[in-house]
Amino acid sequence: MIPNRRGLFRAVARAWPWLLLAMVAVLYGFARIKGGFAYGLAAGKNLADFLLEMAAILPPVFLLVGLFDVWIPREVVERYAGRRSGLKAVPWMILLAMLQAGPIYVAFPFAVSLWRKGCAPRNVFIYLGAFSALKIPMLTFEVTFLGWRFSLARTAVTIPVFILLAVLMERLLPAQYEPPRLEEPSAR
Amino acid sequence: MIFLWIIAGAALAVSLAVDGRKTRLAVIKGLKMLMAVAPLMLGVLAAVSLALAAVSPEMLKQVLAGGGPLPFLAALVIGSIALIPGYVAYPLAGILRQNGASIGVLAAFITTLMMVGVLTLPLEARFFGWRVAWIRNALALAGALVVALGMTLVLK
Repeated sequence: MIPNRRGLFRAVARAWPWLLLAMVAVLYGFARIKGGFAYGLAAGKNLADFLLEMAAILPPVFLLVGLFDVWIPREVVERYAGRRSGLKAVPWMILLAMLQAGPIYVAFPFAVSLWRKGCAPRNVFIYLGAFSALKIPMLTFEVTFLGWRFSLARTAVTIPVFILLAVLMERLLPAQYEPPRLEEPSAR
Repeated sequence: MIFLWIIAGAALAVSLAVDGRKTRLAVIKGLKMLMAVAPLMLGVLAAVSLALAAVSPEMLKQVLAGGGPLPFLAALVIGSIALIPGYVAYPLAGILRQNGASIGVLAAFITTLMMVGVLTLPLEARFFGWRVAWIRNALALAGALVVALGMTLVLK
């Protein structure tokens, strides 16, 4: 009974992304054929926009992560951003994150890669925080639509907050915590 | 974005010039990671597309503009769930402000939008594990609250 149920759970866990995709496709197709079904059109258009964005960002991101993984030795990451790296890593992590673009899930693969190479968890989360809140492309939008005052104030208030949260994160996790392996265990 | 392609291309070229075998390994590694998360990513994006289509800018205007604690709470909840790219979110925020949304509401909306992702939780968990995903999002939500309150104090 139990293995059976687990099999069902696994099947659902595997199938739901495809079911959702199929649902969007069906709704969109229905809207196109019947007309007057704005929800289906909007959902289809949203998905198309997201897919284009993914196609534009993900290939170079994963290529860079792969290259980083192969070329940058663990000692380097440990020395500059490891647990004993002190405060000097912080501005670098923030700068690195600010130069990027895209939604936060684009930052996950590199963040995990850093973590596995011995980057201190707090620095990983500082990177993620800066990525989500301080990307330069995003700041230009913010300045355009909400003004300098808003943007500067938000930046000034946000930086200490996400650094604090990152330190807290590191404290909350067990010292030997490692993110799960993504790819099958392959040749290192 | 073009910038990203140029950097990746340059890095690939240098890597190829130095060591072809290592480069092949790197490309395979990157592809494997991409393949491992692609289905989940597609599913999350489909879910976000469906959710986003149900919400119109008009509705957001009605819920988020105005004073009191209710728009503030709504901003935290909507921002946490939604995944709206910056080039859509900021024009929207500009409109919200013109319609009388307070600084605190705008800050709460934008900060949760960027730092908290309820719909992307499965994806985040795939990369970092569920434990990290939950803690990070909970802390980010608390952080967004602090940022919003701080912004209200700094501006105005």
